[in-house]
Amino acid sequence: MTDPLLVDARGLRCPAPVIRLARAAAAAEPGAELTVLATDPAAVHDVPAWARMRGHAVVASSGDDGVHAITVRLGGGSAG
Amino acid sequence: MFLDAGGRAPLLPQARAAFLEAVDQGWADPRRLHAEGRRARVLLDGAREAIAAVVGARTAEVELAGSHVAALHAAVLAVARGRRRVGADVVVSGVERAAVLAAAEFVAARGDGARRTIGVDRAGRVDLAAFRAAVARPGVALAALQHANGEVGTLQPVDEAHEAARAAGVPLLVDAGASLGHVRVGAEWDLLAADAGDWGGPAGIGVLVTRSGVRRAPDWPEDDDRWFPGGVSVPAALAAAVALQVADTSRERDDAVRRRLVDRLRAAVPATVPDVDVVGDPDRRLPHVLTFSCLYVDGEALVTALDARGFAVGSGSACTSSALEPSHVLAAMGALTHGNVRIGLPPDVSADDVERFVAVLPEVVADVRGATGVQGL
Repeated sequence: MTDPLLVDARGLRCPAPVIRLARAAAAAEPGAELTVLATDPAAVHDVPAWARMRGHAVVASSGDDGVHAITVRLGGGSAG
Repeated sequence: MFLDAGGRAPLLPQARAAFLEAVDQGWADPRRLHAEGRRARVLLDGAREAIAAVVGARTAEVELAGSHVAALHAAVLAVARGRRRVGADVVVSGVERAAVLAAAEFVAARGDGARRTIGVDRAGRVDLAAFRAAVARPGVALAALQHANGEVGTLQPVDEAHEAARAAGVPLLVDAGASLGHVRVGAEWDLLAADAGDWGGPAGIGVLVTRSGVRRAPDWPEDDDRWFPGGVSVPAALAAAVALQVADTSRERDDAVRRRLVDRLRAAVPATVPDVDVVGDPDRRLPHVLTFSCLYVDGEALVTALDARGFAVGSGSACTSSALEPSHVLAAMGALTHGNVRIGLPPDVSADDVERFVAVLPEVVADVRGATGVQGL
């Protein structure tokens, strides 16, 4: 397992956090873990929905001081 | 082309005619004892009687409110007050309208109770086992379950929920704000709320029907109009009742037409637009509502681009709301909340209208995606 990669999407509004995460995912290997930081409340719902649509798995989700941190493990294959 | 007939549908021509007639005949204060006032009173009571006939209630059980939100707030507040000795807990599904959720939170907090919010599945249907367990606990003043969800169209298991509530001695508020006039609402409720604007009546009339025997008390100052202080506009009330009669009469025909067109959209949208999350139950649903979300798309940009092409649609995306919060319904269902399009087909929609939308949508979504360079993600 690789170290989690960090995607900083703080201050961005939907759908920008998911787009930034998807760009990072496209450049990462299957099985990699990416953590996105977001202040947009929609990201809490949209990151898991994106993961479901793309075959990734949400492995951790937490919120602190209005900043949400969501960690996704990328699925196998070419679903980037 | 107006494809946003949910909550605020275009006024039916018969309702418009009734409204204008009642402006002439029923302009006076229905509380006054003179001939003009009595004439307004007759029209107002006639409107309540007509609505009562459609929902299967007695006229005395029907009250008219200044809005659907006011009807929902009053239902929750009055029952919570009437049953305050029982407790202050309120059981709700997580996909009720914001007015129900907020009112439940308000009365629960004030009475040292809790709002017990029951989750939903991916289709938006309430977890019936959890709902049953929650209403059976002691201290529940009221339970609320919508007849159908107006954002995603999914019908709720109201019959089973009512059976559970009745067994526990808890009154059930059924919000039929998205259903009445579109589908058969049935008799499994203790309080029923509805929205004239949704079925093609004028905005500014909400309906609350309360079965006799439900314990409730006003939670506001006394007024001649006990449940909705100040009363409502008589012309609007009459137009609302006429619109409901029209909608109810043509319900089965409209259902067949609109259900088929929504089926067409449900199949065509994911087939022609990549990366779309089509939301809600495909079968047990309202005939005229469809919601889908487009990945990587800004909902506001999409609604604006469709509007520029002549298509009026709704959206539950955060960027289309003033609060910047996404739809709590989409969130509770685990659906994608951005890039959301909500369609409510009006009763006079044609197959050509829908085909034109199907033809234009892929290009509009591709344009919005192209502007942010998300192809291939």
